[in-house]
Amino acid sequence: MAEIQPTKYMTEGEGGLLLAFGLGLLLCIAAAAGAQDAPFAFHAYLSGAACVGAMALIMRRYGARGSEPAPQAIGAKPNYNLGPIKFAAVASMVWGIAGFSVGCLIAFQLWAPSLNFGIEYTSFGRLRPLHTSAVIFAFGGNVLIATSLYVVQRTCRVRLAGDLAPWFVVLGYNFFIVIAATGYLLGVTHGKEYAEPEWYADIWLTIVWVTYLLVFLATIWKRKEPHIFVANWFYLAFIVTIAMLHVVNNLAMPVSVFGSKSYPIFAGVQDALVQWWYGHNAVGFFLTAGFLAIMYYFIPKRAERPVYSYRLSIIHFWALIFMYIWAGPHHLHYTALPDWAQTLGMTFSIMLWMPSWGGMINGLMTLSGAWDKLRTDPILRLMVVSLAFYGMATFEGPLMSIKAVNSLSHYTDWTIGHVHSGALGWVAYISFGALYCLVPWLWNRREVYSLKLVDWHFWVSTLGIVLYITSMWVAGIMQGLMWRAYNALGFLEYSFVETVEAMQPYYLVRALGGVLFLIGALIMAYNLAMTILGYEAKEEEPAVERPGFAPALAPAE
Amino acid sequence: MATAQPGLWKRHELFEKNSILLIIGILIVVAIGGLIEIVPLFYLKSTIERVQGMRPYTPLELAGRNVYVREGCYLCHSQMIRPMRDEVERYGHFSLAAESMYDHPFQWGSKRTGPDLARVGAKYSDEWHRDHLRDPRSVVPTSIMPSYLWLDRELDANLIQGDLRANRAVGVPYTDEMIASARADLLAQASPDGVGADAFSKRYPNAAARDFDGDPKRVTEMDALVAYLQMLGTLVDFKLYEGAAKDNLR
Repeated sequence: MAEIQPTKYMTEGEGGLLLAFGLGLLLCIAAAAGAQDAPFAFHAYLSGAACVGAMALIMRRYGARGSEPAPQAIGAKPNYNLGPIKFAAVASMVWGIAGFSVGCLIAFQLWAPSLNFGIEYTSFGRLRPLHTSAVIFAFGGNVLIATSLYVVQRTCRVRLAGDLAPWFVVLGYNFFIVIAATGYLLGVTHGKEYAEPEWYADIWLTIVWVTYLLVFLATIWKRKEPHIFVANWFYLAFIVTIAMLHVVNNLAMPVSVFGSKSYPIFAGVQDALVQWWYGHNAVGFFLTAGFLAIMYYFIPKRAERPVYSYRLSIIHFWALIFMYIWAGPHHLHYTALPDWAQTLGMTFSIMLWMPSWGGMINGLMTLSGAWDKLRTDPILRLMVVSLAFYGMATFEGPLMSIKAVNSLSHYTDWTIGHVHSGALGWVAYISFGALYCLVPWLWNRREVYSLKLVDWHFWVSTLGIVLYITSMWVAGIMQGLMWRAYNALGFLEYSFVETVEAMQPYYLVRALGGVLFLIGALIMAYNLAMTILGYEAKEEEPAVERPGFAPALAPAE
Repeated sequence: MATAQPGLWKRHELFEKNSILLIIGILIVVAIGGLIEIVPLFYLKSTIERVQGMRPYTPLELAGRNVYVREGCYLCHSQMIRPMRDEVERYGHFSLAAESMYDHPFQWGSKRTGPDLARVGAKYSDEWHRDHLRDPRSVVPTSIMPSYLWLDRELDANLIQGDLRANRAVGVPYTDEMIASARADLLAQASPDGVGADAFSKRYPNAAARDFDGDPKRVTEMDALVAYLQMLGTLVDFKLYEGAAKDNLR
């Protein structure tokens, strides 16, 4: 039977994107020609190359694909779009290791300043934003994009909306990271913590982010389920709020459209509060709401238990997103910010403890009847321990937001320790757990290559976290007490540099803790790579099941 | 998770079944806190008061500030003295909102790996700053600050007029004259014996003009950064400023 081949046309998306990237290329050429500073010229060339690359990718796909668009469903099953998710999952691992490595380097720089090497590209001040952006936005961001695009498809039981749009989101986001990261090394920065990328990178991110929102929303619009699953509420809150924060905090006036430098439109005290409204809610929405969404899908899945309480999820969702926004001023206690704003920030920060623990309880109690799995399943253990760290960090946070406590802790390394108990213990662990689940699902493997290695990862990195946060507690509190110490004659007891000297042993312990965490991540990367390549380790028995411990029986229900 | 819920809980279906309502709900809920906390700061006297002595940065100081931002100094040094006894004794009078009114962006910082710099100006000699920036351990043996060996290169000030113009666009009161003579003022502040020195000190009456980097032949990034560091916290005369005045109590 002769098959009738329908004529192949270019879709509107392919044609439109080709045109857009063509125009983008012209823009980049013009920008490179008129560039006022070297970093801007470099970024113009880089962006031009990216435009060419994008056009080549579109053409290659057009050449390789059939004449029909990808089917929405194959048989009764939705034809899930997994390509962009696979990319984001691998990217998150790569960026994670890069970010952790830079973190280790700058930790050692504080112990031995010669490790700055006396050159601008490796000095602490330029590498520190590279570290924070690489772990938060590159590692965390890719995990969020990968999981959100996966979860929204599964929980709506439809293929991801958009044909090229999901690829645009994933590749565009990673390109933003390349621009931001190279910019930091070249000294291109806004000078606002966690919002360092300059104006043109910010504009690009806005375009990518709006596309992300549209892909996510349009997938929800197609859903085959009447209800929007709870994880998707959190993802939506994360995407929408980050858009708002990003746009407002990065409003700036460029010196020239051909130059990298810009000046934020706000100044002084207003700029400070806008910045920490952004900064604290980067924590609240990027590092909390987004990762709670991961928790709400991956923990029930892995534990094979339903979410503990539907009502608790409603209450803590709305309470969490309402209260988080108010908490920013606790970064500005005793500064020139008016007292009433500081007090408001403190009050809401303390209240925030409740919805935070609401999320933790909902996650932990999901294990009701499945607690025995903690003994046998190191992946579930990673995720449960992440909730324990979440609970600890969200208790410590309100504590540190109390003005009296903050007067001691502010400006010290206690804050750094607190951030890392949340970032390493909560964000990274729930991400690792999600990646250990997601990679076998995406590549159609039964399980990760080796559960024993997951176990090693867990213990090595947990030891690293413990070293990190305990050394920073001791160091930070000591530092704060030394700064305010008076001698018997009523003079300040210590000069500043004496407090710096006293920090040295703790900085070393912290750096070693970081190295352990990095080693854990390398074990994971190896494990996931072997999973993707399709190997299965010959483990005689499941990693942690020891003789004499029969698997627990399911409770009689 | 059960979907059939009794009573009030069932109302939540409104959001669960309609993504647009869910988004609108989220937007309203997350907008409230920010609006209530941030908007008043643009109107309250304590946050927009003017304090005698405050002036915009000179072109050289602004260029130095840009070096400060570029090198990420704010990641280890705060510029915000809190009103506690030990801080005031260690660093000087607590910082006022007005003192950073021309700071785009603010550089209050969040960490003191090194000391606060809000009032570091005029506390050390230019030479000390130069030595300290090039090799911190030559003056403070146990310092952990990186060496900034590359600051002795020529300052790229081609865009300085644009810098002032962009600052004016966001509210810093630079005059047309200041913008037009930005480049000349930048050079004049670093080489006070040259032409334009008088015009410079007329435009920026309280600004110190001298050869900050010890190299009279060139205007370097070191000139700019030291000029900036040396003016930090020196603008407001706290002998005249009455912190306890009724207007300033808040």
